[in-house]
This record gives sequence, structure tokens and C-alpha cells, in this order.
Amino acid sequence: MGHAFQFDIELRRGAGAYICGEETALMNSIEGYRGEPRNKPPFPVQVGLFGKPTVVNNVETLVNVLDIVVRGGLAFADQGTPDATGSKLFCLSECVAHPGLYEVPFGTTLRELLTLAGGVRDGRSLQAVLLGGAAGTFVFPEQLETPLTFAGVRSIGASLGAGVVMVLDETIDVQAILVRIAAFFRDESCGQCVPCRVGTVRQEEMLHRLCTGHTLGTLHDELALHAELGQVMRDASICGLGHTAANAIASALPRLPLFPSARHS
Amino acid sequence: MTAMTTSAAGRSLSLTIDGQTVCVPEGTTLLEACRLQGIATPTLCYLENLRPVNVCRVCVVEVEGSRTLVPACSRRAESGMVVQTDSERVRLSRRLVLELLASSVDLSLAPALAPYLERYGVRPARFGAPAAGKERDTRHAGHHEALAGPGAETVAQPVKIDNDLYVRDYSRCVLCYKCVEACGVEAQNTFAIAVAGRGFDARISTEFTVPLTDSACVYCGNCIGVCPTGALMFRSEYEMRQAGTWNEAEQTHTDTICPYCGVGCTLTLHVQDNQIVRVTSPLDHEVGHGHLCIKGRFGWQFVQNRADPTQPS
Repeated sequence: MGHAFQFDIELRRGAGAYICGEETALMNSIEGYRGEPRNKPPFPVQVGLFGKPTVVNNVETLVNVLDIVVRGGLAFADQGTPDATGSKLFCLSECVAHPGLYEVPFGTTLRELLTLAGGVRDGRSLQAVLLGGAAGTFVFPEQLETPLTFAGVRSIGASLGAGVVMVLDETIDVQAILVRIAAFFRDESCGQCVPCRVGTVRQEEMLHRLCTGHTLGTLHDELALHAELGQVMRDASICGLGHTAANAIASALPRLPLFPSARHS
Repeated sequence: MTAMTTSAAGRSLSLTIDGQTVCVPEGTTLLEACRLQGIATPTLCYLENLRPVNVCRVCVVEVEGSRTLVPACSRRAESGMVVQTDSERVRLSRRLVLELLASSVDLSLAPALAPYLERYGVRPARFGAPAAGKERDTRHAGHHEALAGPGAETVAQPVKIDNDLYVRDYSRCVLCYKCVEACGVEAQNTFAIAVAGRGFDARISTEFTVPLTDSACVYCGNCIGVCPTGALMFRSEYEMRQAGTWNEAEQTHTDTICPYCGVGCTLTLHVQDNQIVRVTSPLDHEVGHGHLCIKGRFGWQFVQNRADPTQPS
């Protein structure tokens, strides 16, 4: 800043609840309350931590700011695409030769990113990529040329989310992963609003029905019910957890016959 | 010196609700605006004497330009807002939210919801038959509980009867937070109950699930006063319902002033067969806003002591 500007940095340690990554639940938690998201509006920039205007940033964003301050905005914008400048961190995990954290310019394609990590492990073929984490979407081999920008992945109905790239090869039981994701959201929902609290349980129950083959009506009926559930969780839940809790499963369900374990159903 | 103040309540704004232009005072919520227009809007966690917590999501409406639906109970009207209360999106959300509730909670003592269950064509059986109930109080936040078995999980569990004044039947609890709010900052400031657990295992609990008699509860009964589904109930009402003698059609309501102290709360005595069976207080009462204390709420047995005081007992 060039002036005698002093400020304190106070670190607060979270206790690991997924929901406390939601910014208003995080504020409630810091204030000593139950980690439950607040209804918006008012937004944190209006009424935030302890009722004061608050800006919430990820560490990745702040690191980018440092980069811009040190190298200048133009140099920063040299990387990436005109619409998405700079670089992005991606966390590659599961069936890649070299799992880890990769920093690539925005606009790198998913295929290039996978190649950077040595491709699919043990020479196996790719079944799917879970892009963006549990609240993200499954991306399939024919979508690997998608450029990794916010708009690029949106065009295939996906999101970058937290930059999670979970690579799943042909041997992975994707249905088991879907069940795990459903259980995860059922456990991590704060329980405040009905669409998310009950919706995440109904979603878990549905996946168990699909796995055991004891569907309510036809497979088509189940998919239609899940589509309704996803729509209402997106429309009527209080926060992003409920809005996205059906995304990954919804993106995979229409591909059920592609999954080896579901071919019989 | 004359200070120029603009009273927020003095200004009005106009918005569009279901195609009709509506003028309301600044600060009006969409729910109030809808009710002014005579638009029937379901609510569950909303009550006139509590701050909206907007958790039940049955009152959602569609606001043009908003990515998601918005809760009418807490969202304030803004100038130029275009609101739909009966669009396909709104009907779908209201129907499904009611189905999620009706498939997991016993709503048989929530008569205010009945017309909406019918209006939106609620079919809770779409999620399967109810699964067998499991003990919920032992569940820990973040520990995954396996599903109860095939069928739709419910919040069914035994009624908690641990004191003489009221019972807690959490198989009827929709987790509207009203009791927590009334026990806390909205009325009583006792904080005897709060939400415990997470997700579907979230439930209303005393500290460490101790019985009410070991908790901070002061038996004001304000939680009963705000409960919309009969989960919290006078023990007198509960026992009459169990015995099959509860008959609301036969009951008269008599307003009187509480005889205990000088505050002057209005009591509404619900009387059946010349016996007081329940006491409430009007929500719009200027003294207590519908809230009472243990004496007003439960201290009426002396009225029913019919023994002749002139005769030796």
C-alpha cells in the first residue's frame, strides 16, 4: 500500500463441516452459532460477519491478487483466454498416472489436463471424470475437448466448482460412487430447509432402489422423479449445497446403461 | 432546527403480483403483499409473532430475474418486482416440498396444510411406503446412518412424556424452528431447546437430550403456542386425544385476563365439558404477542377445583 497501513490477520480453525464452506454458514460458525446458511438477500457484502459488510474470498483468489499486484494486470491477463484470464488450480485424483495439484491457464482442455497428469493409469480407458467435486457433474470421454473456462464447461452443463478432477477408469463402479455422493449430501446437509433435508434422503433411497433393482415403477419413472427432485432442490433450497446436491447424480443417471453394474437393469 | 425524516413505513412502492399491479408500504414482505391481494399462500415456519426463518420453503414464489425461487415470508417487496405465485415452477416446488414433508412427517394434526395438500395434488406415496422407524436421538452429526431399510425414511419415534404439563411427539415435527425461536430470542430467552444433529437426522433437542425436567425448560409453553403440527401438545390435550374424548367442535373459546400478575396477558381458555383443556393467547395481543408464562399457560387447575370450600374435605 506504500503507507503505514496496519491490520490484523486472525486465523479461525473450522471443525470440518462441509456446509461451513458456504459463506454465510461460515459466518454463523465464526460467530459461534450453528453452521447454517443464511437466506440471501441480504448478501454478505451488505450484512455479513457480525452484521458488518463482508467480502469472502478463497485463498486461490487472494493468491491471484498477489500475482496481479506483483506482475501487473496485463501480464496476468496474458495467460488464459480473453474471457477467462489467468490460471486455475485443478486437483487431479483417482485413476491418473500422477495425481496431484496442477496449475494450468484457463482454456486448457480437459484432455490436455489429463495428459499433463500422465493420462489414465495403467493404460486403461477413461470411463468418466467427476468435474467440480461432489456438487459438480460427470463428464464423459466424448467431452474431453471442452476448454476449462467457466463458460466452456457451462456449455456442456458442467461447472469447475472447486477445481476437482476425479478421473474414473473403466474398472470403477460409478454406481457405487453415486451412492457415496448421495450418502455424503444426506450427511452434510445442515437440515435447515425441507428440500435439502428430506430431498437428500429421498435421493439416497432412490439410488439404493436403482442398485437393488427394486424400483418404484419403471427406471424411467425413477429418473423423472429424480429430475423433479433436482429441480426443486435447485429452486427452493436455501443455499448452494441444496442447489447442487442432485447435480452429479443427475448428470450420470441418463448414462446408467453405460455403467457396467447397471446393464442388467 | 427541523429534522427531515422520511418514515420508511410512509413510503409506498408498486410491484406486480400475478399480473396485477399492487401498491404496498415499503418494508412489506411478499407474503403480506400476497395476503393483501387475497392470494392464499401456504406457510409452515412463518408466524406473525416471530421473525421469519424461511426454512420450510412452502411459501416460495417466482421473482423475475431471480435464479431461484424466493421465500415469500421473508423477502421484502421491491419497486418494480414481478412476482408469480402460481407458475409451474412454484406449483412444482410447493407440491414436492409438501410431498417431502408428508412422506416423512405425520401431518395429521396440521389442518392448515390440508387444503394445500389437495390443491397441489400432493402424493407422498411417490417416494414409497414409509420405512420402519429408528431411534433418532442417538444419531451423531456427520456419522452416516444406514437407511432404515426399503421405503421412505420418516421421523417416526415414540412420544416423549417426561413431565406433567406437555408432551413432545417429534414424529409430527417438521423442524420449522418456531419452538426454538420462541424458547430463544423471540420470546422466552431460555434456550432450553435447539436443533441437534445434521441433515435428515437434525432434530429438536434439549442439551444432551436430557428429559425436559433436567433441562433449562421453564414450562412457559410458548413452544406449544407456536407449534404448527401438534408435535408439542398440552398433556391434557394429549391424554384426551388418546382417550378419544378430545372434541374441538364442542369446545368454546373464552378470552380473559390472566389473574396472576400485573402484566395483563390475555388468556384464551379452550373449554370442553366445562373443563379448561388448553390455554392460548392471541398473537396480536399488545402485551405478550401470544406468548405466556407457566402460570398463565398451565396454572388453571384451581379454577376446576369443584370441592365446596365450606365443607370439610
